[in-house]
Amino acid sequence: MNVNGVEHPAPIDPRRLLADHLRHDLGLTGTHVGCEHGVCGCCTVLLDGEPVRSCLMLGVQAEGHEITTIEGLARDGEPLHPVQQAFHECHGLQCGFCTPGFVMSVVGLLARHPQPTAQQIEEGIAGNLCRCTGYASIRRAVSRAVELRAK
Amino acid sequence: MTTRWFGAPVQRVEDDRLLRGKGRFTDDIGGALECCFVRSPYAHARVQSIDVSAAREMPGVVAVYTAADLPFGAIDLPLLIPHPNLTHGRTQRCLASEVVRYAGEAVAFVIAETRYLAEDAAELVQVEYEALPVVITPEAAALAEHLVHQDVPGNVAAEMQQVVGDVDAALANAPRRKHLRLRFERGAASPMEARAVWASWSSEERKLTVYDSTQSPTSIRGGLAVLFGLPESSVEVIAPDVGGGFGPKIMLFYPDELLVPFAAMQLGRPVKWTEDRQEHFTAVNQERGQVHEVDVGFDAEGRVLALSDDFIHDGGAYTPYGIILPIITAAQIPGPYRLPSYRVRFRDLYTNATPTSPYRGAGRPHACFVMERTLDAIASDLNLDRIEVRRRNMIRANDFPYDVGVAWQDGNTVVYDSGNYPELLDRALALLGPKPAGDNVGMGIAVYVEGTGVGPYEGAHVQVLVSGKVIAATGIPSQGQAHATVWAQVVADELGVDVEDVEITSGDTRRFPWGVGTFASRGAVTAGNAMHVAARMVAGKAKAIAADHLEANPDDLELAGGRVFVKGSPDKGMPLGAVAVLSNPVRYAFGGGTEAATQFTGRSRPGPPLHDGEQPGLEATGYYSPPGSTWASGCHAAYVRVDAKTFRLEILKYVVVHDCGRVINPLVLQGQIEGGVAQGIGGAFYERLAYDEDGQLRNGSFMEFLMPYATEIPAIEIDHIETPSPLNPLGVKGAGEAGVIPVGAVLASAIEDAMHVPITEMPLSPLKLYELSMLKT
Repeated sequence: MNVNGVEHPAPIDPRRLLADHLRHDLGLTGTHVGCEHGVCGCCTVLLDGEPVRSCLMLGVQAEGHEITTIEGLARDGEPLHPVQQAFHECHGLQCGFCTPGFVMSVVGLLARHPQPTAQQIEEGIAGNLCRCTGYASIRRAVSRAVELRAK
Repeated sequence: MTTRWFGAPVQRVEDDRLLRGKGRFTDDIGGALECCFVRSPYAHARVQSIDVSAAREMPGVVAVYTAADLPFGAIDLPLLIPHPNLTHGRTQRCLASEVVRYAGEAVAFVIAETRYLAEDAAELVQVEYEALPVVITPEAAALAEHLVHQDVPGNVAAEMQQVVGDVDAALANAPRRKHLRLRFERGAASPMEARAVWASWSSEERKLTVYDSTQSPTSIRGGLAVLFGLPESSVEVIAPDVGGGFGPKIMLFYPDELLVPFAAMQLGRPVKWTEDRQEHFTAVNQERGQVHEVDVGFDAEGRVLALSDDFIHDGGAYTPYGIILPIITAAQIPGPYRLPSYRVRFRDLYTNATPTSPYRGAGRPHACFVMERTLDAIASDLNLDRIEVRRRNMIRANDFPYDVGVAWQDGNTVVYDSGNYPELLDRALALLGPKPAGDNVGMGIAVYVEGTGVGPYEGAHVQVLVSGKVIAATGIPSQGQAHATVWAQVVADELGVDVEDVEITSGDTRRFPWGVGTFASRGAVTAGNAMHVAARMVAGKAKAIAADHLEANPDDLELAGGRVFVKGSPDKGMPLGAVAVLSNPVRYAFGGGTEAATQFTGRSRPGPPLHDGEQPGLEATGYYSPPGSTWASGCHAAYVRVDAKTFRLEILKYVVVHDCGRVINPLVLQGQIEGGVAQGIGGAFYERLAYDEDGQLRNGSFMEFLMPYATEIPAIEIDHIETPSPLNPLGVKGAGEAGVIPVGAVLASAIEDAMHVPITEMPLSPLKLYELSMLKT
């Protein structure tokens, strides 16, 4: 599988979750595990550009696919990705645990809908749980990300 | 003091690494053996036998512990907050070996090379149980047909009564009386990161290092030092990035917090345990279960003459956190209103469910609900306007300090230090605006107070480096509250530096070993003021050193732009980093400009390089210990619509007017309030821990315990007033829990207004509203 542009062999253990493989075998601990049953969205990564729950996939199922994790959006030393920058500007994160999942969901959303309507924003973030922000600042961050991407 | 940073919407300094996926949460730390608990599936049972032999023999398993294998296996875990009224306090043992008293109580602990293998091995542990009768609701606990602890009569852990005035006479003589029965069910804080502990032991250095997703690393350090007979200096506890706390992570010690360090010491290898969501639902403390019987006497104008509340509190199976929750409820029922006479009695009862300890709000949502429901009932009884009834009972702006006369959670009595409650009400109504048209629309409102910033104390260390950068540390950790930003603002103001030049460390005993913890909306008040005190000491020291060098009077110096200089003569001064150099007389110049402090460079004063009482380094440690709590307040109001067919709740408008004294960072404060209201909405309408009569939690997953998504949370409009606290130098009050407290009361009031059915319980649901509507017809 290709993770953030780098080829990696699939995990040896066939029952290893993709989330665990990314975190504990590849050291990409930015992908978080909040519920392990596909509800919270903390573990969201892009699979061939589409947001998926990496806790609901086995690592071996990702073989032959391109995975993008939060670490793949902006390399060390590079400026933040517009979605990351927007979350910063709008105070769209507090504890930061759900944040990578939200950011990946929003990156996926803006790839599908570069100029999302309010309804599309609502639906685009409605698969991720946040316990800190009350979502208001995340909505603002999505709108801000649209502006930043347009620049 | 300059106020350039205090009050500014400074964007958070902690964001960058969290946004890049470079945060460091406890489970991100690897290189460790991993663990799994065997937990009781029974809510109440006698343990007849535990057979771990098959698990121990499984390849990849390193150790399996039961109580019999632990040197502390027969010791009850600490009772954190003893109280004279807690006559029958009980705490659990690390691993149960005789009786289990809630489903989820730990029985055995398996350690293996990987978590997957540990879970496999846990399934091989054979435990035989003899089921015992289960007590699951507080009402059943009060009936005491069965006992949770055989040596606790009536299931009563504690009983406490407080009386202000002659309540019986006032009730008897009151022109009108009402009785209300108000009920709260259990809820859960549910931080997105469940709990985790990582530990390693160095036998060479005799040093125990523990990473723990706790709200109190300093207390964990103290407890581990006692348990293992180590000096505190041999125990390092770090709360790294913590993915939300909301209360349950202030509880200590959960069994894993002792077992993981113990195993690391026994096995000589790092050990990590990471809780999964399923076990989090029963293994982590819960809150909110209470039943109140309220009697109120009032006059024809709606003025309360007497209030008597007799309530029972669902303590759960053990009382490790003492009786803080019902004490807070009892103290906060009067809220922003005058009660000429008040009696409150509670019993803290054992049930066969997960123990309870503070969850954001911590007994306050119940108190607000009781008082606000009571005022709505009075308004309804007299056919008066709900707002007018509140006004007639409200404490006035010139009544402060206001002594409520009941006990507070810090051992003092409740004395409100400052506030302006009528102003909150007026502003909320102005913000709310006119009622939207349509059927089934209702208005709700609630005013609350919140005791914040409890002691005993916090401390801070502030140091200017020779580079001119500033580092500062405090013992209490952050779970997302932007400590690193807001305390940098406080320190930057005192030292006249840029906020980006201040680096904060919080919750790491290696950097600051003393303190209490992050809970009860206390961080900004306690640690914030400690930062202020320490930074001011450093500023004073900088002036003294620079004054010697500049041959000026310290009182004539000021700090700004990273320099110390004579007021009005910016050229006559020096950079703070140069002052840091001079603060430490050296023999060896080791770079960083330190040649300026060597022995053959000019010194401006006679005597030894360090005079009596002087300490090297441009640094100071300061503490702040509050004389009592400072009382924040607020008013929330809302319009809601209840769908006539589906009973879905639609929040049309939600407004908040909030007073937490002087605001350090409005951006961060807005986030605290918005997040709090969302959690309150969840707790009021979506989240309910559904236990069956056997004590089984029937909805222990996010599939069934309905935490709100964005689709359930409306936009919230916020306004502020500032009544500075006279109790602390910064004039601040706590803000962390404020958003949650009145939400249940507001929604109850609004739904009652929309549906014309009495709302007497929390949480609600569409099904509950349907049932109430059927009762009406």
